[in-house]
Amino acid sequence: MSSSTASPTPRPPGRRGIVLGALVALLLAPLLALIALGAPSASAATAGAAPAGCQFPTSDDGAIHIQGCLRDQRTSPPTPVPDVKVSVTGPDGAVIGDAVTDANGIFDVALPGDPLSNLNKDFTIKIDTDTLPENAALRDPSQVELKVNFNTTNNYTVTFPIDEPLPDPPGKFIEGLQLLVGGIVFALLLAMASLGLSMIFGTTGLTNFAHGEMITFGALVGLWVDQLPGKISLPGIGNVTVIVGVLAAFVVGGIFGYVNDRALWRPLRHRGTGLIAMMIVSIGLSIFLRSVFQYLVGGNNKSYSQYSSVEPWSIGQILITPRDVAVVLVALAALIGVSLLLQYTRLGKATRAVADNPALAASSGINVERVIAAVWTVGGALAALSGVLLGITQGFNFQLGFKILLLVFAATVLGGLGTIWGAMLGALVIGAFVEVSTLWIPSELKYVGALVILILVLLVRPQGLLGRAQRIG
Amino acid sequence: MDFGSILTFTIEQAFGPLAIVYCLAAIGLNVHFGYTGLLNFGQAAFMAVGGYTMASFVAVFGLSLWLGLAVGVLMAVVLALLLGIPTLRLRADYLAIVTIAAAEIIRQTLGSVTFDRKFDFGGQDGLQSNFVADFRALNPLDGPISIGPISWRVNDAWVMIVGWALVAICCVVVWLLMRSPWGRVLKAIREDEDAVRSLGKNVYAYKMQALIVGGIFGAFAGFIYGFYKNAVIPTDYATDTTFYAFTVLLVGGAARVLGPVVGAVIVWGLLSGLGAFFTQAARNDVIPNWLMNDQQASLMRFIILGLALMLIMIFRPQGIFGDRKELAIDGR
Repeated sequence: MSSSTASPTPRPPGRRGIVLGALVALLLAPLLALIALGAPSASAATAGAAPAGCQFPTSDDGAIHIQGCLRDQRTSPPTPVPDVKVSVTGPDGAVIGDAVTDANGIFDVALPGDPLSNLNKDFTIKIDTDTLPENAALRDPSQVELKVNFNTTNNYTVTFPIDEPLPDPPGKFIEGLQLLVGGIVFALLLAMASLGLSMIFGTTGLTNFAHGEMITFGALVGLWVDQLPGKISLPGIGNVTVIVGVLAAFVVGGIFGYVNDRALWRPLRHRGTGLIAMMIVSIGLSIFLRSVFQYLVGGNNKSYSQYSSVEPWSIGQILITPRDVAVVLVALAALIGVSLLLQYTRLGKATRAVADNPALAASSGINVERVIAAVWTVGGALAALSGVLLGITQGFNFQLGFKILLLVFAATVLGGLGTIWGAMLGALVIGAFVEVSTLWIPSELKYVGALVILILVLLVRPQGLLGRAQRIG
Repeated sequence: MDFGSILTFTIEQAFGPLAIVYCLAAIGLNVHFGYTGLLNFGQAAFMAVGGYTMASFVAVFGLSLWLGLAVGVLMAVVLALLLGIPTLRLRADYLAIVTIAAAEIIRQTLGSVTFDRKFDFGGQDGLQSNFVADFRALNPLDGPISIGPISWRVNDAWVMIVGWALVAICCVVVWLLMRSPWGRVLKAIREDEDAVRSLGKNVYAYKMQALIVGGIFGAFAGFIYGFYKNAVIPTDYATDTTFYAFTVLLVGGAARVLGPVVGAVIVWGLLSGLGAFFTQAARNDVIPNWLMNDQQASLMRFIILGLALMLIMIFRPQGIFGDRKELAIDGR
């Protein structure tokens, strides 16, 4: 009996090749778009307009001097604004010194008393806006006072920018849209990591706490390619070092995932190690790998040599960098590619069968070990790709993956642990929520919001959005 | 290489205040995981709640330290209730994810600038004002404790006396609890939840009680941490703290009363000893500098800790003193 009869519908020869070819094309096209960005990225740095010509007087009387330089920023170069009254109020509310700007727009107030006794006290510097020239006003009309507090006896410089008033801040709606754009970029990267985690859970039952390290690994492969001596250039296209790094991360990440399974998890499965024991092993692996990564690259933040500052495009009032567009396209290509593989190839169908019921899949002739090896390979590649793209968009350090691991968990649990479409849906919701929620909550607490969602979902719908209701307790 | 000083440092740390902290946290995890089978990955949250309550009572609210300790225990109970209600009905892997998430929620909130602005909790710097003054005032020692070359500073020695006494009391309590009918129900839940349920026991209530008891031990760990450092800092209560406490428990042997004690002494002693060894080896060029610099030397112990956790879970999941027959760690 030939193996092809096992398939319900005979497949025209070469169809698999077409699918694979389409996949490769899908992946490569956005990368080419990234290449196009390579050239202008270097010119993106802009020189800040330094307040040239502000020569503050120096003195040796030992007192703390509060100094400032009023310049009308509407002209270029900025013109000094003379004859403006500035007063300094002490901690008790009494005026302790005042000054008028000279022809260079400079004022200088010496604080009376022992400089040491002036430390760690609140002083208020106030500008008398009535003495400003007729046509000039502060850029921020409400900011006529500045509160300062010294912890050294050095002179202190304050500024009152004189300029056109700032345009009204964008409304909540525009701000929300802008955050949503950032949220979608992040969500797609999260989705790649979540998809791998969910597939691994679905096929093996392992909750892999070392998945974050597979993400970090991708960013590190990108870094190592970037740090190779010399640049990788293609004739006619230019410097493609980081692009090569992205591709390398994808490929080496896949190998890393395969090796993970082959060297550690498969032997453990064959020994009959329990799932909770394996979960704790994955924690050990996470600590081990994270420390090794820190050993290799150190503790500081890293970024790649290209695309770290890119001039954004503006669409209406929304800003989006071409880099983010390319990242979104690469991520979409990878996600759609894996989805197509899962949906239409034999291996993909086998994967879904194993995720659904491993024992049944095995008894119907599916090689479960082969499926699991493929899942680890794809999961590792996706995680690494997610890591290197996260590195491109926001920089990274050795904790990159560990820091977002809980969000990856939140996404998979929200979508339904072990489901494939659920993982992606959950990641989209969590990723967008994390960014957009900063409209209402401080951005330092944005991850907290996502984790609260995770707990609420488990209260209300423990099987997740797309999970099948089953006993999980 | 000065092996004498490495050995002294190892012994000082093996019995020092931090070993006590991890020992107490692991005793709590032992009740959770070892006896009841609850995979609580949020033990750091109980430590944080204990430590922060104690410290904030003095440093923020200006109240008594002793009242802070009492309320700290109470807060640990409240946290156990809050954490238990949504999670205790879930399977082990879900419980692990939710507890770890809850611990991070608490840590990131306590350490946030927003929280600092509202309640003066110090943000990422934590509470550092001298809130243990009342505790140190009770110190009967007037100098460091020295045994030969081994020596503990006067404040550390006082923390150690109190801490090891607390460990002893906790061990006795755990021993008494676990040989009581209540403890036997917990162990039965660990082995077969459905069987216990079919005998008419309220499994959910027993799990909740176990979570509370273990959480209180976690709060004790937070107290000792605060006493020792005279500071509570959010990074001290990160996820890794829970993982280290798990390592301590698993090395010593889960479901054994003295497992956490032995585990803490061994793990913390070895961790410190390895740290000192590699630091010296890198500094004295025993290991060449291109291979390992000072900073990398300090990481070797965590690399080894991760490896050790993996190996012990694979080859001896019952730990050093555990009984493999009593505890077959597995879910589903």
